[in-house]
Amino acid sequence: MPKHFFPESVKKFHDLLETRKSVPSLGTNIDVLKKIAWDYFSSTGIPLHRRGNELWKYTNLKPLSDTSFTLSSDSDVNVEDIVNEIPWSKDWHNILFINGMYRPDSLGKLDLPSGLSISDFQHNNMWANFGSLAKPNSGTFAALNTVFVQDGISIKIEPDTKIRKPINIIFVVSEVPRNFATFPRVYLDVGENSEATMIESYISLTSHPILTIPVVEIEQHTEAILRHYRIQMENENSFHIGSTRVGQKGSSKFESSTFATGPRIGRNDIHVSLNEPDATCQLHGLYITFGDQQQDNEISTTHSKPSCTSGQFYKGILAGKSTAVFSGDIVVEKGAQKSIADQKDLNLLLSKGVEIDTKPSLEIFADDVQCSHGATAGHIDLNSLFYLQSRGLDFNTAKAMLIRGFADEMIVEFELTELFEFISGLVDDIIPTLQSQSDTIGTT
Amino acid sequence: MINKNNTISRKSELSNKDYKWGFSTDVETELAPKGLSEDIVRLISSKKKEPDWLLEWRLKAFRHWVDLEDKDMEPNWARVQYPRMDFQDIYYYAAPVSKKDKAPNSMEEVDPEMLEAFEKLGIPLNEREKLAGVAVDAVFDSVSIATTFGEKLSEMGIIFCSFTEATQKHPELVKKYLGSVVPYTDNFYASLNSAVFSDGSFAYIPPGVKCPMELMTYFRINTEGSGQFERTLIIADKGSYVSYLEGCTAPMRKTSQLHAAVVELVALDDSEIKYSTIQNWFPGTKDGEGGVYNFVTKRGRAESSAKISWTQVETGSAITWKYPSVILKGDNSVGEFFSVALANNHQQADTGTKMIHIGRNTKSTIVSKGISAGKGSNTYRGGVQIMPTAENATNHTQCDSLLIGDQCGAHTVPYIQVRNPSAKLEHEASTSKVSDDQLFYLMSRGLSEEEAHHMIITGWSRDVIKELPFEFAIEASQLLKVSLEGAVG
Repeated sequence: MPKHFFPESVKKFHDLLETRKSVPSLGTNIDVLKKIAWDYFSSTGIPLHRRGNELWKYTNLKPLSDTSFTLSSDSDVNVEDIVNEIPWSKDWHNILFINGMYRPDSLGKLDLPSGLSISDFQHNNMWANFGSLAKPNSGTFAALNTVFVQDGISIKIEPDTKIRKPINIIFVVSEVPRNFATFPRVYLDVGENSEATMIESYISLTSHPILTIPVVEIEQHTEAILRHYRIQMENENSFHIGSTRVGQKGSSKFESSTFATGPRIGRNDIHVSLNEPDATCQLHGLYITFGDQQQDNEISTTHSKPSCTSGQFYKGILAGKSTAVFSGDIVVEKGAQKSIADQKDLNLLLSKGVEIDTKPSLEIFADDVQCSHGATAGHIDLNSLFYLQSRGLDFNTAKAMLIRGFADEMIVEFELTELFEFISGLVDDIIPTLQSQSDTIGTT
Repeated sequence: MINKNNTISRKSELSNKDYKWGFSTDVETELAPKGLSEDIVRLISSKKKEPDWLLEWRLKAFRHWVDLEDKDMEPNWARVQYPRMDFQDIYYYAAPVSKKDKAPNSMEEVDPEMLEAFEKLGIPLNEREKLAGVAVDAVFDSVSIATTFGEKLSEMGIIFCSFTEATQKHPELVKKYLGSVVPYTDNFYASLNSAVFSDGSFAYIPPGVKCPMELMTYFRINTEGSGQFERTLIIADKGSYVSYLEGCTAPMRKTSQLHAAVVELVALDDSEIKYSTIQNWFPGTKDGEGGVYNFVTKRGRAESSAKISWTQVETGSAITWKYPSVILKGDNSVGEFFSVALANNHQQADTGTKMIHIGRNTKSTIVSKGISAGKGSNTYRGGVQIMPTAENATNHTQCDSLLIGDQCGAHTVPYIQVRNPSAKLEHEASTSKVSDDQLFYLMSRGLSEEEAHHMIITGWSRDVIKELPFEFAIEASQLLKVSLEGAVG
């Protein structure tokens, strides 16, 4: 049991679990995992003590622990009503989770190409790999997800298959009239020499606080290529703590771009293991915070074998009284020679009262490596602002242009046209809020 | 309870020709019994004829430390591994006894064997050092034995003496500034030091005075099984300047020795303190036996327009746990940290700095070079904090690591916390090995592989070495060479 343990945070989730007693078991194997996960969670509780707790040093989870949630939902969502508010294209393989439950019925029959199959939790084979990457006792929130998970999907891409259309998974919470928690789960298996694109988006239609604790496990086989996009944009009263675990085999390629804004507390854990030689992984992210939001990015890449390449490149824009964390870690294990790794976190601070805590760390146990990292934090360059104004732009337009310019480098990483446009629009919509919560800083 | 005239005459127990400072010296040593208690704290205080307020302060520190020890608060976050320490198995007081059992009044009264020891160390304590132009305070085990140039300095109003002497002759200064930068509650080892510190150096530079020579302290642990807990306090009054050097060695011993020092720097308005360290405590044998555990708290406070600069070359110690820091309290104050840390064989270093920006227009620079070889582990752990009040603060950090061999580790853990948006902050770092192309080039010009490595490493560390005073720079470069012997090829 950790030194600082808050039993009341365990009780809250224990009570929540009690409300689910009548739900039928998902099978003996799963019950075993759930038991391991509960034992783990009940020994840690919500990590409220931050001093000395490297994983939760800067993010204050008290607001989460003070809020109660329910698991019952009775409202539904009509997709047609929200297509303009989510990343969406009729040409994609669209998959919908409403209030944490997979809803294959809501979008009509999926027209899946050969080599791509999707099974849900009601099908037994789905569970075979459950928890193989996100172990039930590998962290407080992976454990909570395992305890409460009720529904999820397993996506399998057969070897030598190129899936042309993106697989678009939307996690939406309907207009539930109360606090509400969801624990969705996705397992993706990309076969040898296959290629695919996956999008995950998290949105909420209610203004009540919602808690989303998703877990996504991605297994990539030899020479598999996956482009992964993650969009977190729930309402500003909500809490989002997501875990993504990726295991990569030889010569596979994983490219991920995340966009995070919205919740009161957002947390994005991405752990990638480069388990065989010549694998590459590039993680990009853009986080925008305002008001009193907290956004925490816990990004880790492990080079276990030689000749792998990895990159972490994140950018943050902070306004109001918001705080953000970038805790990046690159580990090069003993014997992982010829590793190349690069890590960068750049931040734009728009107002007094913001706080950025950035920790780009490297742990290197092999000598023949090239690793570098960098971090910056600063405000809008007044010379650039002056330059634009001298060309006839008014102050606000010039400032908006510079904020937008800072974000652009990350927005272009969302390579799909529809997605690029969606994120661009989202950022454009946020910029006036950012400006209204920004200060003019510095002297010319 | 004092075990007087206990002559420690054990010869160096290990043969390790790579560490040439590993001799031990036969001098009579006064030892207090092993272990730590309030009685020991009182004993140390009474031995030092300290005023009551200082004893009280020590006791408060001791009680705080006991509390931390009870709560198991010994820091465990650093990337270093060592067996749990038994704090009751350490001598907390070991003083060389001069023949007349009193502090020496002049150089002639200093134990000749001890002088010989300092000769071996290359510390000129007698007349010759006039040429070197360095004022030396030598601390043997935990007691300051001789301070040179005291008279010349005192003409200018500069006080440079042992800490004990300062508590007797300048109690008002000590009382005002002791614990003002590193309070006794600061951390586990600082609390321990505050309770049992036995001596150290004290320097005070009066307003507007530029100290005409470098002040230097040489620390040496001689007695086996003893800890060294020295305390250094340097105060640069308004508009003054001082450059201070610190060197450290210890004999080779099979058992590990604890060194838990505290250094406090106070730089008042417009003053400048330059603090340079060459740390060459015994690093342990090639197989990782013995060596000094160097757990040190060093911190300075810079008032308005003041500057504090830390330069360190760390080649010794089995374990280094050390983060010389600067609190940039005053507006326009400047903090600098230049470091070369080397970890060879089984050495473990977790070192870096902390720059805390509080005042407006404060500026800090960090340049850290870590070299890992053999089975060594080297971690840079740095913190840059920009407080909400620190308008227009700037920081530039560069930390580079060099790996020699595939059994070592090099880690970089920078913590950057910005709470004022007007801050400008840059951090960059790289990790690599010595490039084959560079080696090939130098070797094709006739250098051996080892010479080529040394040349590349010297060039690579140049940004830091050039910050050192001239004599120290040469020593540092030699130390790097010696410490890396056998690591290449």
